[in-house]
Amino acid sequence: MRNFLRAYPAEAKLLIVLVLMVLGLSLASPNFLTLGNVSSLLNNNAVNVIWATGLLVVLIAGGIDISFAVAASVVQYLCVYAFAAIGGGNWAIGLLFAGTFGIGLGLINAFLIHQFRIISIVVTISTFNAFFGLLMFFSSGRFLYNLPSWWSGRVILWEHQSADGTWAELTIVFAVMLAAMVATWALIRHTTTGRQLYAFGDNAEGARRVGINVGLMQAIAFGWCGMMAGIGGLMQANITKEVVPNALIGRELDVLAAVVLGGARLGGGRGSVLGCFLGVLLVAITQNGLNLLGVSPYAFKMIVGLIILLAISTSNIDLAAMMAPRRKER
Amino acid sequence: MTQTTQPNAIDFRAITKVFGGVKALDAVDFSVGMGEVHCLAGENGSGKSTLIKIITGVYQPESGADMSLFGETIARVSPATARSKGIAVIWQDLALFPEMTVVENIAFETLLGNRPRRVRHADLRQRATAALAQLEVQIDLNARLGTLPIAQRQIVAIARALVSDAKLIFMDEPTASLTQAETDALLHVVRTLSARGVAVVFVSHRLAEVLDISSRVTVLRDGKLVGVYPTAGMSQSRLTELMTGRTFDQSVAAQDRSAAPVVMQVAGLSRRGEFADVSFALHQGEVLGLTGLIGAGRTELAHVLFGMSRADAGTVTLNGQVVRFGSNRDAVAAGVAYVSEDRLSLGLIQPQSISDNAVLAVLPRISGPSGLLSGKAQDDLVAHWISELAVKIGQPGDAVSTLSGGNQQRVVLAKWLATAPKVLILDCPTVGVDVGARAGIFRIVRDLAAKGLAILLISDEVTEVYLNADRILHMAAGRMVGEYDPHRTSIPELEGAVYA
Repeated sequence: MRNFLRAYPAEAKLLIVLVLMVLGLSLASPNFLTLGNVSSLLNNNAVNVIWATGLLVVLIAGGIDISFAVAASVVQYLCVYAFAAIGGGNWAIGLLFAGTFGIGLGLINAFLIHQFRIISIVVTISTFNAFFGLLMFFSSGRFLYNLPSWWSGRVILWEHQSADGTWAELTIVFAVMLAAMVATWALIRHTTTGRQLYAFGDNAEGARRVGINVGLMQAIAFGWCGMMAGIGGLMQANITKEVVPNALIGRELDVLAAVVLGGARLGGGRGSVLGCFLGVLLVAITQNGLNLLGVSPYAFKMIVGLIILLAISTSNIDLAAMMAPRRKER
Repeated sequence: MTQTTQPNAIDFRAITKVFGGVKALDAVDFSVGMGEVHCLAGENGSGKSTLIKIITGVYQPESGADMSLFGETIARVSPATARSKGIAVIWQDLALFPEMTVVENIAFETLLGNRPRRVRHADLRQRATAALAQLEVQIDLNARLGTLPIAQRQIVAIARALVSDAKLIFMDEPTASLTQAETDALLHVVRTLSARGVAVVFVSHRLAEVLDISSRVTVLRDGKLVGVYPTAGMSQSRLTELMTGRTFDQSVAAQDRSAAPVVMQVAGLSRRGEFADVSFALHQGEVLGLTGLIGAGRTELAHVLFGMSRADAGTVTLNGQVVRFGSNRDAVAAGVAYVSEDRLSLGLIQPQSISDNAVLAVLPRISGPSGLLSGKAQDDLVAHWISELAVKIGQPGDAVSTLSGGNQQRVVLAKWLATAPKVLILDCPTVGVDVGARAGIFRIVRDLAAKGLAILLISDEVTEVYLNADRILHMAAGRMVGEYDPHRTSIPELEGAVYA
């Protein structure tokens, strides 16, 4: 327990806060801790989690990516035309295409950052504008509804009818989220490349001296983020059944806040998949809880903002030290 | 040259390196035996780092150089060949990863490579344990590196070199920020390495430990080889002379100032967990030395005297009036100035100009009635202090980061002297400043005292306070434990008391 607190202080705190919130909300509203509500929470936030796992890798490597949500929109459009060109496709081809397009866009960021030694926030704000501008120009702002049926159809992996007749279900979006989490966890914790990413984000100059290929690190971090952006875009279109050019813009900041809440450091070198998941969940449960409690939706953003502020400003409290056996007063 | 059974670890001859027409190294010879502890001494700019960079393959020497590593003649040393031959450098900034664990930091070598592989955590742990066992030290393997004190991080850096089978390790200023006990522990590690046949080249400004640890010393001055000397029988002052080419006054400067009026009187000052019941008087024109180990509470005491933290008990009297500072702005207004120990990060804003740094503490005074800064007032003030303190600069508009350590320290002094203080607190003013420049700084300190400034000189280098202070206070574990008159004590006696 102490080891977990010491290695993952932010995650542990988040977990405690979440448990308290869940307890409080389930007492306050009978509708909160129901299978139906929990499963829809998971389905509705799966895309944010997918994006968060991608962004996490960039943050660990010491960068930041503002452009991924817009990149996801670009991938959605590219996919619509690509699927039309090959005459339909299926989920396997869809994931492959979306991931590949996403990697391509991510590598553009990595190339600019590495080649011209520009900091990532500047590069990705530029590509954010460039991607969005190109998308609006070529799509003329048109919505697309003619998605292949495999893409827009609901794929239910598990369903259950409760005694009161309400349905609970988990969709393919949830399964893809789990896969993204497992893959990211395996990459960053259990491959040499993942450990190099942490080292690079932690001390870039030290990493260079020890012999890490710095360009490769940028390519992997932004490539991974791009891949998750693309896959997240694909899954988002499955939920909304349409592709809208400006639907995802702004989501990057929600995801960024959630990842930072989850313990990833903007300076690099720290962060975990568990933390990402908990971070997204905290924001989601707050909104869900406010909804169930009948708070005006206009107040949501303000309250979520306050919670993020509170979480970040208390992030220096050292739980591991509080758990330590009390030492004698000197 | 006689053929010995064992070749030297390094045998470099006639090394010359030219940068933009200037000879950074001029036909320098450098050799280190297997398992030898060798010291590379010289002032900043003498060519030490250039030499290290040539040996490690970062720079290539001019033609005519004759290089051999472990008995094998090598035409061209690249960073990769140096590494594969077992040459490692422990940089002053250590190049470690603070967010990662001790295990990963030590065994990072095994995580390298472009092709992703599975991390074998057990293997990493085993290598890290083995390396630390070789050094005969114990460090919590699961600790995050950033939570360890500098001394242990240093050990981690050395252990990392061992994991990569280093046979010769360069240590660049390894003891600059260590306490005496930590330095001793490090020197023990160096001896252990040497006994195992790993050669260590030590670069340090601290001459006492250089002479203590190494068997031979190579002295460089202005890019030229002064000579290679056995350390047995070598004294600190002789080594200083060799490094600088000058002789320094090693006599005690102390004078009795007890008749002068008391400027600052401290009585029963305490701050919980930091220091307790500290009392002393600081006279006009006096240089009061305050020595003790790092962690004795010296810097904490200085922070209270400068209003950066508040005492729980006791009083500070300044010119007969009891003062209670709410912040360091109050302290500056009352005539107290503090030159912090961490000059590079706290004392100066490195990318800003010399001129802007120098006037930072007196901005209201150089502003006109409109509240806007007056360029002329600033220029006059800066010109005055640059000439007063003999700061060697290009232009006042140049960035502070372009200056040497000694000159940076002078700019910090100028900044605080511009506030016209009555009491000047100097906290370890010579950390990272080389021998020649130290003498210059202490000459300024003595001059300032002669003009009536009361100076509290904090230092963990006993020799420094012994030679330059009028009286010496010894602080240990948060308490004043002794007072010494330099004329009635000796360096060995003082060192015995402080480092005991």
